Amino acid sequence: MMKIAIASGKGGTGKTFVATNIFYSLCKNNRSAMLVDCDAEAPNAIAFFDVNLVNSDDVSQRVPVISSNACTYCGKCHDWCNYNAIFILPPVKVIQVIEDLCHGCGACVVACQYDAITEKLVSLGKVNSYLLNGVVSLIEARMNIGVMSPVSVIKAALKKADTMADFIILDSPPGTSCPFIQTALAADFVILVTEPTPFSFSDLKQSVETLKKINKPFGVIVNKAGLGNADIYFYLEKEKIQLLHEILFDIEIAELYSTGKIVAETKQYLEIEFYNMIKKIMRQYGNSDNQR
Amino acid sequence: MEIAIISGKGGTGKSIISAAFATLIENVVLADCDVDAANLYLIFNPVHEEEKIYIGGHKAVIDYDKCSMCGLCISYCRFEAITTVNNKITISETSCDGCFLCTRICPENAINMIQNDKSRMFSGSFRNGKMVYGRLAPGEENSGKLVNMVREKAKQVAKENGIKMIILDGPPGIGCPVISTITGVDKVVIVTEPSVSGLHDMKRTVEIVKKFNLNPWIIINKFNLNNEMSRQIENWCKKHKISVAGYLPFTSQIVNAMVQQMSIIEYNKNSEISKTLGTIYNTIIHE
Repeated sequence: MMKIAIASGKGGTGKTFVATNIFYSLCKNNRSAMLVDCDAEAPNAIAFFDVNLVNSDDVSQRVPVISSNACTYCGKCHDWCNYNAIFILPPVKVIQVIEDLCHGCGACVVACQYDAITEKLVSLGKVNSYLLNGVVSLIEARMNIGVMSPVSVIKAALKKADTMADFIILDSPPGTSCPFIQTALAADFVILVTEPTPFSFSDLKQSVETLKKINKPFGVIVNKAGLGNADIYFYLEKEKIQLLHEILFDIEIAELYSTGKIVAETKQYLEIEFYNMIKKIMRQYGNSDNQR
Repeated sequence: MEIAIISGKGGTGKSIISAAFATLIENVVLADCDVDAANLYLIFNPVHEEEKIYIGGHKAVIDYDKCSMCGLCISYCRFEAITTVNNKITISETSCDGCFLCTRICPENAINMIQNDKSRMFSGSFRNGKMVYGRLAPGEENSGKLVNMVREKAKQVAKENGIKMIILDGPPGIGCPVISTITGVDKVVIVTEPSVSGLHDMKRTVEIVKKFNLNPWIIINKFNLNNEMSRQIENWCKKHKISVAGYLPFTSQIVNAMVQQMSIIEYNKNSEISKTLGTIYNTIIHE
């Protein structure tokens, strides 16, 4: 089994386009594959497939509930809370939990010597499993609106995706912060999707730095090639980064994609190119059995 | 006046539009709130006048001289950040949430908290006013707190220099950094594009803006890539009483301007797209 994450520093470079089309190409070539949409803030992958929801698991977090009867207003829970999630005014006997700020670490529960704190579960989002042609092949992390961080929901989706499929394609959230790292860490190989524009180039450098830091093998797909300038190619050559593939800018691709179609279905050359690319990556980096 | 430009989906053209707005009038404060992937400085090349360290949080580190391997910390850590590797207690830097609980319960005082101090906030001048932006160090939690710091600084700079307009280029997504960007602003602009994913993400973004009792303006960027989808977005907006401020076509001029380190207004003031942006800006400001 091999896990491949599709990522990019910047949004809108074509991560979901590449992830969904690779997944399609693998299925088309009779390889068992699963697609995990880890972009919990804006999951879109399911829009491209005719899928049925079979399972929806709630992802929750514990938050404290403080009993005002048992509380002595000693303030220790407030001192131990590193997220300023407990508001206390001892003279007037007011203590309140600001749930939006709570990270669910449990420090307040340990701090309280008067058994005044219990916990309840608060929903952060869902991990949805979808059937495609009779097999569970799509997993989606979907964070509730306004939740502090998507990381817990992404982690739950990654756990759910540990199956027997030969290939697990992870559609990563954008950026180089925690949500991206959690996704990249779970992969054997990372494909960075970029565009030959100054914005994308800047974000690519940031992603490369991050992946080098966590020692993750990676390669680059240049999408919308032909637009912008050549800076990105000089950089790849200088840094000896593998250029996995180039997708020429084609307004028809943008049009097909915008209607929610799998582009490789119409443009079969993409199916062949993507499948060959994955086979090559598998030969070079496969079978590492990344455990997470 | 503070205008925030956001989008649920990345790559819809937030920064391009922010850059255009920032060069449509004289003298603005431009704040790049996409601290995870700040880009506007690439166009405007600001002169740094101030650099501030941003403490993003803390990470737990074990002192092996003191650690007795009791494993108490493992049982208390809720982030699954502490494990035993080769008979050694090990804390994963990427999983640690910096809650301090392990430090507090360790009977040997063997765990220390170290500050994440690699993130920065910059402020300075550019050719059309002042600029403030943040850079989150790779791998750090994408925090709204750095966005707050950027916004506070932008307000301060505006006041000190008598500048009336603050333009906030927002982060993608619907999480904490977006909330920090739009809390208390006067106007919110959501940039979307005519695709299935564009519409889906826009709906989630509208929902979040409504929670702040704000009525967002919509800009449909690259509308000509899918006219049918543009109409669908327009109809959805009409049904939900949300105003579409305007439509921008897909044109390679945008990319060419970016390569030349210019906003589209600076690159070609008399182009159709520049004129449309001018009209959109006036609509948003005055209505």
